[in-house]
Amino acid sequence: MSVAHETHDDHGHHVELPFWRKYVFSTDHKVIGIQYAVTALFFLLFGFTLMMMMRWQLAYPGQPMPLIGTFFSEANMPGGIMVPEFYNQLGAMHGTIMVFLGVVPLAVGGFGNYVLPLQVGAPDMSFPKLNMASYWVFLPGGLIMLASFYAEGGAAQSGWTSYSPLSNTAPAGQTWWLIGMIFLITSSLLGSVNFIVTTIQLRVEGLSFFRLPFFTWAQFVTAFLLLLAFPPLEAAGVMQLMDRVAGSSFFLPSGLVISGQLLDVAGGGNPLLWQHLFWFLAHPEVYVLILPALGIVSEIITVNSRRPLWGYRTLVYSIISLGFLSFIVWAHHMFMTGMGTAMSNFFQTTTMIISIPSVIILTALALSLNGGSIRFPTSMLFALAFIPMFAIGGLTGLPLGLTAADLHLHDTYYVIAHFHYVVAPGTVFALLAGVYHWYPKVTGRKMNEALGKLHFWISLIGINVVFMPMFFVGMAGVSRRLYDQTQYAYGAQVQGLTAMSSWGAWFLGAAQIFFIINFFWSRKNGEKVESDNPWNATTLEWATPTPPPHGNFPEVPKVYRGPYEYSVPGAKSDFSPQHVEEG
Amino acid sequence: MQEKIYGYWLPLNVSTHGEAVDQLINVLHVFMALLFVGWGIFFVYCLIRFRQSANPTAQYEPIHAKPAKYIEIGVIVFEAVLLVGLSMPVWSDFKDALPSESEALTVHVMGEQFAWNVQYPGKDGVFGRKAPQFVTPENLLGLDPDDPNGKDDFNSINNLHIPVGRPILIKLTSKDVIHSFKVPVLRLTQDAIPGQEIPFWFNTTRTGNFDIACAQLCGLGHYRMRGQLHIQSQADFDAWLAEQEVEESDDEFSF
Repeated sequence: MSVAHETHDDHGHHVELPFWRKYVFSTDHKVIGIQYAVTALFFLLFGFTLMMMMRWQLAYPGQPMPLIGTFFSEANMPGGIMVPEFYNQLGAMHGTIMVFLGVVPLAVGGFGNYVLPLQVGAPDMSFPKLNMASYWVFLPGGLIMLASFYAEGGAAQSGWTSYSPLSNTAPAGQTWWLIGMIFLITSSLLGSVNFIVTTIQLRVEGLSFFRLPFFTWAQFVTAFLLLLAFPPLEAAGVMQLMDRVAGSSFFLPSGLVISGQLLDVAGGGNPLLWQHLFWFLAHPEVYVLILPALGIVSEIITVNSRRPLWGYRTLVYSIISLGFLSFIVWAHHMFMTGMGTAMSNFFQTTTMIISIPSVIILTALALSLNGGSIRFPTSMLFALAFIPMFAIGGLTGLPLGLTAADLHLHDTYYVIAHFHYVVAPGTVFALLAGVYHWYPKVTGRKMNEALGKLHFWISLIGINVVFMPMFFVGMAGVSRRLYDQTQYAYGAQVQGLTAMSSWGAWFLGAAQIFFIINFFWSRKNGEKVESDNPWNATTLEWATPTPPPHGNFPEVPKVYRGPYEYSVPGAKSDFSPQHVEEG
Repeated sequence: MQEKIYGYWLPLNVSTHGEAVDQLINVLHVFMALLFVGWGIFFVYCLIRFRQSANPTAQYEPIHAKPAKYIEIGVIVFEAVLLVGLSMPVWSDFKDALPSESEALTVHVMGEQFAWNVQYPGKDGVFGRKAPQFVTPENLLGLDPDDPNGKDDFNSINNLHIPVGRPILIKLTSKDVIHSFKVPVLRLTQDAIPGQEIPFWFNTTRTGNFDIACAQLCGLGHYRMRGQLHIQSQADFDAWLAEQEVEESDDEFSF
């Protein structure tokens, strides 16, 4: 670790970098973090907008979309009525954008990049240029995804899961999707190496592994998941690309007849291979979405309840076991592919086991509140809401993880409600909490509390109106990805609930206006923070000047204690920062 | 008065294995609700009792949480019981206990964009050979015209007629992309995968007409890939079968 510090000191004599080196092709982890975060917030909004459009078709099937419908081409929305092909494009791109261009870049690229080096007391990431490369590979990936809407036949339309052979025979947008994914995966791999090395090598003196803030632990485990789970999908992506452009048949069996025509391919492939490779990534990916969120929530809950994190070591062991287990549950996404008893029993057992660390984590978070002295800034509200929302998402995973119950619930709206409770009011709320929490460190100003609370309460109500009805729609048997569920008798029966979800989504969309205004307005007009540590927190990121300068710490800090020493009896104040010798 | 088949919770069940599935789903949801409500009460209690104005000084020492440990163990035991006691038996019954072809009515179902092709073996009870190269607009299944076993086979698009109370063995495949054969009232979902023939079975408890859906995104017409399941009394089924077989002998090649 000393090497990096010395290297930095050599360059310490304030050379003014040109604008494009400082803000565009910057190697500073904080600038890269902000680049990632702002890009990801844009993509989250964009992905959400796609869904708000789909929700019109779902609520009022076959009716022209008022006003907005007229802005689209005749191919996509003739007379303002969405065609099924366009609906499928919106669905596939919503999923892809939210996961790969929104949540992961914000949670890992944004918060991870900005906060992790600060929390370990490092002047920057271990490999700053690699870090810069990671963003500049990510951005083209995102732009390719956006541009794919203009490809012939439109964007990818085979779901975010892109199951073969449907995706093999889909229009050109699928090729763009695959190329975009290869960029995004490469970017994540570059980032994850950096996170691992930085955490291991650049911790300052005194900062042992069990003194790392939980956020850093979560990012550390996440980086391993990214590093180990993404390569199989990258390989699968290249294989599907070859199937599409080079005539190979990795995922195409012999004798496919598409629209009455025998497909002229070599054949001999297997479409289930794609599913195995895809879910071998995509299940760990769920934990890539969740672990950073848990990290953020733990930081915010301890700061605002003025208590140590309950069961810190237990929590660390829990996320490590989640990390391991997440690699051996993937086939529970494939119970209905004709799987026999041995396979399915293995995977439903591992799925039940993985629920145990999750229950431990939720219990620990709730127990951290018990005996605290709780403050309720907006960041805390979002962090608190995360806990019950994640609990609903987690619990409803149980019926899906048991094969017998999955017989009925598989691929229904129940699944959609389940995983959205995990990632939308779960992870996304945690990420919003993180924005409110760390905004003062990044800008020197707090976000407006009144707008923040308005944003929180409307979002909390809105998001539950969106997703709660979906459990009942799914229970009634309605399949996912249906352009018009009223085609089925049981779908028509619960159409009212689906319309309700749509109104919830638009209401939720409207609430984000408060956030967008607050985000930009507070940059110049928010309440200025009086100290570098406005929340009276203990971890190292609050020991830097505000905003942290290039190189972060004017003097290399030294760590004397664990990360959450709040309300220590006999201490001078109710928080004992890690870097202060006399608590 | 029309009978209520579909609603806001589990629809009517007409399969023999469905009862156990429903039991598992209902027990699980009661368990989940209890856990969530109990946990939620504690959570809200903490937020009110330990708000800053009510409790200005936080406690440093961790609170020993014996009840939490017991609840945790209880959850593990309960999950294990559901897994081993309910889920695994239903699944192995469904997957491993396939009825013999003599006892069951065997039907071939082939998904395609965007319809379900249902093939019956005809009078001889033997299915004709199928191969992709024989597929034409008139021969949707790709039956080998030279195979005598296929002469009396007949095809019924999007309509699956079965007799009530007899095990039905379906051999499911797909012509083009992955589909998924889903019948909510039967509590079953089975993916149709091109290049594979997957057998599965069920038995029914009452007559009626119900929706068959596609549960796996299969293209622009996925939402309207709807079939009808006709569960008929043995007499009605026999009558329907006779009608089909007569048509078949009238027109030798009407696939």
